Amino acid sequence: MTEEIIIAGFGGQGVLSMGKILAYSGIMQNKEVSWMPSYGPEMRGGTSNVTVIISDERISSPILACFDTAIILNQQSLDKFEETVKPGGMLIYDPNGITRHPERKDINIYQIAATDKATEMGMARLFNMMVLGGFLKYKPIIQDEFMEKGLEESLPERHHHLIPDNLKAVKIGAEIIKPYHTL
Amino acid sequence: MKELKLMKGNEAIAEAAIRCGVDGYFGYPITPQSEILEHLMLEEPYKKTGMVVLQAESEIASINMVYAGAACGKKVMTTSSSPGISLMQEGLSYIAGAELPCLVVNVVRGGPGLGTIQPSQSDYFQTTKGGGHGDYRLITLAPASVQEMYDFVELGFDLAFKYRNPVMILSDGAIGQVMEKLEVEDYKPRWTDEYIKKSFPWATTGKNPGEDHAIITSLELDSSKQEQVNIRIQKKYKECEANEVRYEMIDCEDAEYIFVAYGTSARICQKAIQLGREKGIKIGLLRPISLWPFPNKILEEMAGKVKGMLSVEMSAGQMVEDILLATKHKTKVDHFGRLGGIIPTPQEVLNALETKIIGG
Repeated sequence: MTEEIIIAGFGGQGVLSMGKILAYSGIMQNKEVSWMPSYGPEMRGGTSNVTVIISDERISSPILACFDTAIILNQQSLDKFEETVKPGGMLIYDPNGITRHPERKDINIYQIAATDKATEMGMARLFNMMVLGGFLKYKPIIQDEFMEKGLEESLPERHHHLIPDNLKAVKIGAEIIKPYHTL
Repeated sequence: MKELKLMKGNEAIAEAAIRCGVDGYFGYPITPQSEILEHLMLEEPYKKTGMVVLQAESEIASINMVYAGAACGKKVMTTSSSPGISLMQEGLSYIAGAELPCLVVNVVRGGPGLGTIQPSQSDYFQTTKGGGHGDYRLITLAPASVQEMYDFVELGFDLAFKYRNPVMILSDGAIGQVMEKLEVEDYKPRWTDEYIKKSFPWATTGKNPGEDHAIITSLELDSSKQEQVNIRIQKKYKECEANEVRYEMIDCEDAEYIFVAYGTSARICQKAIQLGREKGIKIGLLRPISLWPFPNKILEEMAGKVKGMLSVEMSAGQMVEDILLATKHKTKVDHFGRLGGIIPTPQEVLNALETKIIGG
């Protein structure tokens, strides 16, 4: 199993930390992982993206041009990364603020209204965990117990009391994600 | 006991320094390697192992602090990125001339000049062919993973002390920024003063009555003596060339074509090999780990077996010159690279092999 993922959105949306939690959980599950962020000028206030690879085998390139899954959190990222999904691959996006929706017909597309749901529930900061939960519903590459361990490893101890809420958000994400266009 | 972590390549350098008992780090921040100093400051090794961590006023100050620490027989290091490493060249030449051990890490960004903060491999010439003045070499290790960033710190110090010569870890912004699974070792204690005094008679550890002065200098105005210094240094380099060549071969057993690449480019080539083999093209990778000494012998041997080699570098073609020298025109050799901080995609690399070597 090798899953090559791009997560892209605005800086501050938790793009990098979502990738980090995924990578940590992968390590806990004894997988090979890599996490390659965009860095530099685009990080400061603009768009932010991270390539995460989780695999049973040694990972070749941490930098990729096409992906099994794209998790898209804003319009600019959708415009940039829609075409990078491999045919038959998966695109997950949050429709919040999206004016041009994805148009590809050769991939599976899912919508997750995580921004709205998280705001409505008063857990806006956990919106990224909802998105992660949505992803894991269709690509169950990480089991729940390892996600919990991954959170323990990636969060500083003073934030460990937030882990139950994080796991709750993951669960809600799996409930609210819905198909937009599937093969 | 070994422990698993998820870390950036830069953090792995810092973590390795603390855990393998480094005495001092002197550095000045620059993207894309500032996490090294940041991680050291967060970990506060001065409270754990007594390791000194100091942000110097400049790169020139950093390398000269390293020069002084090395003269005392201490395990000392500095890190920077391309423009900062350029500033250190005088110091490196002096340290090589004074025959002192130290570790320098260059997390390369695109140049020339201030260039860009994105990854590049355009400092190969500077590192392997001199950079500073005089007949000296830097033993150069090129990590291609976060684990190797970690492992090469201790290996680097082993080589530096074995040959009394500076060692360079030549990395790049991508390996510095990527996070991967990392296995770390237990903390090792720093060397005691007694151990240093006993093991390194050349070190300036304080002169007791009846002992000779340990004199550290790179200056010798008597040319006949200076020639002897040079001859001694060159003899050391010959030994190094005989004993310290390191490389990795992937999928080379049945390969008809070979990528030659180090660091990030080597990782991209591994993906390009997968893509190529899916199309039935038998490709392998020869990854030089020591860029100096360069793996000449294996390259010449492979040149007799394959139909062509493509050097893949994020530069305008630097290592390819060494490949051409090593392979002695026994096979077709060409270069492919992207410049100024652009990382080639695996597909681009495969296309280059197809057009420049297979179809060319």
